[in-house]
Amino acid sequence: MVLAALVGLWELYRWVWTSAGWTWPFRVDDTSMPHVWRIAKAFAEPAQVNQPALITVLLHKTLFTAKEAAAGFGLGAVVGFALGVVLVHSRLLQRGFLPYIVGSQTIPILAIAPMVVVWVNPKLPGSLQGWGAVAVIAAYLTFFPVAINTLRGLQSADPRALELMRTYAASRWTVLWKLRVPSSLPYVFSALRLAATASVVGAIIGELPSGIQSGLGGAILNFNQYYSLEPQELWATNVVAAALGIVFFVIVVAAEKIVVRRAPENVA
Amino acid sequence: MSEAAVPAVVRIEKVTKTFAQGNVTALQDIDLELAPGEFVSLIGPSGCGKSTLLRVIGDLVEPTSGTVTVNGKSARQARNDGDYGIVFQDAVLFEWRTVAKNIALPLEMLGWDRARRRQRVEEMLDLVELSAFANHHPWQLSGGMQQRVAIARALAFEPALLLMDEPFGALDEMTRERLNLELLSIWEKAGSTVVFVTHSISEAVFLSTRVVVMSPRPGRIAGVVEIDLPYPRTVETREEPRFFELVTEVRELLRKRGEHLLPEEEQLLEDAS
Ligand SMILES: Nc1ncnc2c1ncn2[C@@H]1O[C@H](COP(=O)(O)OP(=O)(O)OP(=O)(O)O)[C@@H](O)[C@H]1O
Ligand SMILES: [Mg+2]
Repeated sequence: MVLAALVGLWELYRWVWTSAGWTWPFRVDDTSMPHVWRIAKAFAEPAQVNQPALITVLLHKTLFTAKEAAAGFGLGAVVGFALGVVLVHSRLLQRGFLPYIVGSQTIPILAIAPMVVVWVNPKLPGSLQGWGAVAVIAAYLTFFPVAINTLRGLQSADPRALELMRTYAASRWTVLWKLRVPSSLPYVFSALRLAATASVVGAIIGELPSGIQSGLGGAILNFNQYYSLEPQELWATNVVAAALGIVFFVIVVAAEKIVVRRAPENVA
Repeated sequence: MSEAAVPAVVRIEKVTKTFAQGNVTALQDIDLELAPGEFVSLIGPSGCGKSTLLRVIGDLVEPTSGTVTVNGKSARQARNDGDYGIVFQDAVLFEWRTVAKNIALPLEMLGWDRARRRQRVEEMLDLVELSAFANHHPWQLSGGMQQRVAIARALAFEPALLLMDEPFGALDEMTRERLNLELLSIWEKAGSTVVFVTHSISEAVFLSTRVVVMSPRPGRIAGVVEIDLPYPRTVETREEPRFFELVTEVRELLRKRGEHLLPEEEQLLEDAS
């Protein structure tokens, strides 16, 4: 339904802009906006001679990028969650660390990525070589929303409930596991939803300076060079990348449905 | 104060509590002693420090001066030993837990095993008549049902001291009277000591061995009424002439401070009686 509407909108926009000859905000022609059917057709055809169909190639690349993104997502989520847990227990650390955590996100990922590759790659065992560094870059984008929202979520515990736990003389750990963490879950999951798509973006961008050819990032870089000739191939890759992001998002939403038991109106 | 043969469960000596925020003297020079097995109600207009006094006993609020002893220990030690169970003005349930799991919470804290927990939770559900809702989540219950869960949770580990802050305030009159009777029978059976905050004069008189009347600004004890009605108390107790005399006595004590009351507090008193 939504997909059909998007396709319709794309073609309508194309038709209106080309027939009216409008050039704002950009010139619409077969290069800037190829027909949807040309993009679709591009999937079925080989991008280069003596190669399998583009869709097969892209699927392999997608799996590769998905692996990077998933590892980065997992790493970022764990680090972010752990940071949140540590910070909630110490106002001092919160004051000391939070500015740096926020600051870390103002450095553009494109500036970080090459450095991460140079630092991380030599330290990785053979099996992680190359894509491991990309996962770290994806994690860099993932951990931030998770850390901030975990902290907020852990702090959102009802003060009266905290008081109740005091009457049980509950230890810090008990309070954390039985009260703070369950209270934080809606917050954590809303961060994870953001992080799911961010990790895919991170993985694709991370592939660029790593010179990795087996993922979607490599494919995008490659098709970019041929864009004026074969725009539909880059568009096809974009569609696949978007689909990957959506799949990640849907998985997180499904996990949330299972894990978070909450009054419908209280889900953050 | 003479040296009693039995040590007091709660001993409050010269307790004053001032909240820096707003410079409110919530409690001033409170002296109160609870013998084992007593059922003491605290009554007074809104803001006279009833909840604060209860929290001081539970070591949830530290007094500005004076001392609180619970079971011969400091209030802090007693809290750490899990000496009391508490029911707040609001239910304060964990919404991600089912009703049964909410009741089991203090039992988990005490390290009871699963089988023992389940058996006790079943008994408690039965007591508050929520067996059919064991696997519901709090947001699926009415306010009164939620409060019954909170009561079951506080009673579950059979604490020797029960602190209750208007536990029945949110309930309808029928349920309230039934739970009054239930509470009394639990109390008689368990021999526990209860501190019970209420706005209802008749509820205070019906339940208690003693009613402590408090007055506001600053929060003080205006007087104490011994309730000499015999136990077990029943539905008929509320119809005895002595019951009405005692209700009147408590009301007079509340009224004696009437000239210090604000108009809306007067109204509150009218409503309570
Ligand atoms: N944490 C707090 N900070 C500042 N002031 C407080 C705090 N808690 C209570 N007070 C003040 O102390 C006074 C007594 O409050 P308390 O809650 O004990 O009254 P109460 O008798 O329980 O009233 P109610 O019947 O309405 O529950 C009030 O004036 C209140 O504003
Ligand atoms: Mg109160």
